[in-house]
Amino acid sequence: MTSLILGTATRLLMPLLLLFSIFLLLRGHNEPGGGFAGGLVAAAAFVLYSIAADVSTTRRALRFEPQNFIGVGLLCAIISGLPALLFDKPYLSSWWGQIKVSGFIDIKLGTPFFFDVGVYLVVLGVALKILLPLEEQAELQSEDARDFSVEEQGSSGRNLEPS
Amino acid sequence: MNSLQQKKMMLTSLVLCGLVLALAAPAIHRVARGAAGYVLALYPFVAAIVLAVAGQKVVAGQAMREALPWASELGLSLSFSLDGLSLLFGLMISGIGVLVLIYAGGYLKGHPQLGRFYAYLLLFMASMLGLVLADNLLALFVFWEGTSISSYLLIGFNHRSETARKAALQALLVTGGGGLALLGGLILLGIVGGHWEISALTAQGDVIRAHALYDPILVLVLVGAFTKSAQFPFHFWLPNAMEAPTPVSAYLHSATMVKAGIYLLARLSPTLGGTEMWTGALTLFGGATMIVGGVLALLQTDIKRLLAYSTISALGTLTLLLGIGTTAAIQAFAVFLLAHALYKGALFMVAGTLDHETGTRDLEKMGGLRRVMPITAAMAILAAVSLAGVGPLFSFIGKELLFEAVLHSENSRTLLVATALLSGAFFVAAATIVAVKPFFGALKATPKAAHEAPPSLWLGPVVLAPLGLILGIFPGFVTYSLLSPAIAAILGRAEPLKLSLWHGFNPALALSGASLALGLLAYASWPALRRTQRGREALLGFGPARWYEVGLFALNRVASLQTRLLQNGYLRAYVMTIIVTTTALAGYTLITREGLPALLTRPLQEWDVRFYEAALAALIVLAAYAAVRADSRLAALAALGVVGYGVSLIYLFFGAPDLAMTQVLVDTLTVILFVLVFYHLPKFASLSGKFARVRDAAIAVCGGALMTTLVLVTNTVTLTEPISGYFLENSLPKGYGRNIVNVILVDFRALDTLGEITVLSLAGIGVFALLKLRPQGEKA
Amino acid sequence: METVLAFAIGGLYALGLYLMMRRSIVKLIIGLAILANAANLLIFTSAGLTRGRTPMIGAQETAVRGPVADPLPQALVLTAIVIGFAVLAFTAVLLKRAYQTVGADDLDEMKATDT
Repeated sequence: MTSLILGTATRLLMPLLLLFSIFLLLRGHNEPGGGFAGGLVAAAAFVLYSIAADVSTTRRALRFEPQNFIGVGLLCAIISGLPALLFDKPYLSSWWGQIKVSGFIDIKLGTPFFFDVGVYLVVLGVALKILLPLEEQAELQSEDARDFSVEEQGSSGRNLEPS
Repeated sequence: MNSLQQKKMMLTSLVLCGLVLALAAPAIHRVARGAAGYVLALYPFVAAIVLAVAGQKVVAGQAMREALPWASELGLSLSFSLDGLSLLFGLMISGIGVLVLIYAGGYLKGHPQLGRFYAYLLLFMASMLGLVLADNLLALFVFWEGTSISSYLLIGFNHRSETARKAALQALLVTGGGGLALLGGLILLGIVGGHWEISALTAQGDVIRAHALYDPILVLVLVGAFTKSAQFPFHFWLPNAMEAPTPVSAYLHSATMVKAGIYLLARLSPTLGGTEMWTGALTLFGGATMIVGGVLALLQTDIKRLLAYSTISALGTLTLLLGIGTTAAIQAFAVFLLAHALYKGALFMVAGTLDHETGTRDLEKMGGLRRVMPITAAMAILAAVSLAGVGPLFSFIGKELLFEAVLHSENSRTLLVATALLSGAFFVAAATIVAVKPFFGALKATPKAAHEAPPSLWLGPVVLAPLGLILGIFPGFVTYSLLSPAIAAILGRAEPLKLSLWHGFNPALALSGASLALGLLAYASWPALRRTQRGREALLGFGPARWYEVGLFALNRVASLQTRLLQNGYLRAYVMTIIVTTTALAGYTLITREGLPALLTRPLQEWDVRFYEAALAALIVLAAYAAVRADSRLAALAALGVVGYGVSLIYLFFGAPDLAMTQVLVDTLTVILFVLVFYHLPKFASLSGKFARVRDAAIAVCGGALMTTLVLVTNTVTLTEPISGYFLENSLPKGYGRNIVNVILVDFRALDTLGEITVLSLAGIGVFALLKLRPQGEKA
Repeated sequence: METVLAFAIGGLYALGLYLMMRRSIVKLIIGLAILANAANLLIFTSAGLTRGRTPMIGAQETAVRGPVADPLPQALVLTAIVIGFAVLAFTAVLLKRAYQTVGADDLDEMKATDT
């Protein structure tokens, strides 16, 4: 079920949504947002794309398999806790550094940020890992999909999946 | 490790070595074959030597103590101590252990699972050593259970036999049940005494005896000790345990494990003993056990069962003596304990040898064996004389001391004297049966043609039985080095001990003579006694063994009934059970705590509502209701979406923009997910009848009402100060973040979040696996 | 407002539980989804509600001013929402799988495959 309007709109929306998700991730520490919300926005963007185009195109656009996002994300979160051990503090204690160029940049960067990036990647990976294969299965039987929307009411017949 | 430290951990390594060796035993058996028994016997042999050497210091008055931290938060440390009492028991365990391991090698020669048997036996040995050396209450309990478990494995060693399995289970359930009681008692004891170390508790005796919890502690400890030591009315498991191979009977069920209960009583005697309740309970149950064991012994024809009942009687005697608790009684206790271990170990080994060589254990079917098995016969007769407690034997000294103790007891002297006299007579009668029946008279044909046993089988009796004679003549060998320290440990003070065979003509000697005469009389009427067997069986039908069977049967019935009732396979029945149980329990607590009127008026107290908020709440519930009533899946899905978006608006109104955002996104993804999944699923179908619907609705409303009440109550209750204040204050200075929710997630509680994203990952992989997993016959 | 929400939560619980006791697997999944929402709301509400004041520190300030919404239940619920999604997906796919394997959408019929 490809639609021209949806396809065009999605192509335009997609970069914006992804940008927005990263924006949410970056500002999450000080304002509403964060890894969870950012990851979900990104996932929603890809799901939208897969509806507008198809799953294989989405997978190509992703470049990596969803499970790689999960793995890298978990690793990122786990590693972000390690510096604390160097300073003889409990695991995952935060550690902050400052990048300062007078007048220009004044960024405080800490391990919690990398932790949040990990959360972002895991959420994105998990959501896609669940939804994309389901969509693929649906695509395989796209003819039947049309019947779904015009389901007759109260019929007692049960349609087993024709597979 | 230097030598000093090695010395410090000596007792610990002694016990642990045994456990390790138990694991290695099957392998050693494979390599050493027939010699394995001798090789493995080195362990108890070394243990005996180590204990004997260390014992020198104990005799000099220095108790040894060593501790390894284990779980110190629980008061659990692996601490061992060696004093006179543990030394006596430890030497008995390791000394007889040497003989039993060698005996087992001969007795089970060629048995395909002999290696496993060695493993169990060593496991038991190490546990038993740990039990008598342990200083920590909880460590003691662990070893206590270790002996129960290894006893279970050993009784059921012949696992193809149903009676063996049943007997093993019976022993496990009885001693295990007692173990549970004991655990309760020990924990209470530790709490009341403020220490987990027995050595420290000894000093707290007066505090504990005066404490309100003293009675429950004593009852629980006594149940544990009585089940283990087969005291009436828990005695029935011991004769059944004779299903075990004879080395086991000789070792566990006469010389060591059944004495664990006695050991515990002796060990706790300074802590718990001396009260009226202690004396009353121990003398009453000990006395009853003496008589019951003695009577039942005479009714047996199976030599092992006969010996088992006489062991029960002996255990009763030991309990009785601990109950009396006077210096004389404790001295009698120590002597009787050692003497009994010597002769009963020997007698059991003889019984096993007879079984092994003749193929029967029935005393009626044996006779005249003295001519074909001279060594065994000589040792059996010597040990039996010991059992009878006559002549210049160590057990005679014990018997004299027993009579002395009851003659000088403070309470119910007549009854105690009568009990001691009677049980003495039973001992004499049992001893005569064991000595005369198999070995004298005409040689009877037995299932196997009997001939003298190999050395490994007569070695044990040849060591143990004459030892009783030697110690009888020269008791000085053990008085100072072994018995005095043990007596001092039980009494809590040192008392001079002088043992001799001849005490002059006194009441004790007269009682000895009387018991001898009575016993021989009982032996003469033995055939007549056994004719009452049918009557006895009817009598026993209502005894404790029957209670056990009824209890076990009832337990099984209840278990299968409740399984069928609760685990019925209907998902909705499970949900129903959970809701009803939760509602009933939580509701009961709420009503009893808060009171019904307070609960009912609570909703009226706070009513600060804005119109749009109320409308939103109503919309959410209505949408959920629409989802319930929907006829099509799509309609239900749409309604579900409304519920989710409504909830996200509530988050937004009440200061949680992060939540609102996440909820909207998740809600969207959920709807997409459901569309994709439902596409594969059937349409809605009305499957339940009207009655089921009304019933379910009623239950669901109850569950909902409970949750409403809970929310209302939690809003007015503050159990502890909320910890959010810390987060609010420290978010910026310590977390460098202005969004406090995010700082909590990625900094303050980052470990929780890490756990959560791990769960997420697992769920994702799980879903993927479920989707890719193809049942057989299905195409991709 | 807590009072009103308390009743709403109770209502959601009742409806969700009712659906979970139905025999159709589709209804079971929808019931579970409603229950998840109810549980999140429950945690959110039981800490007490504060209108509008988000637990955030203003750009020029060093600490929150005045009473704000409790951030702790928010953090709890935030992760609960996302995990709820994953669990719901797992359940849905599991039931779909069971349906395809057993060929029955009646939970009572699935019982027969237990043994």
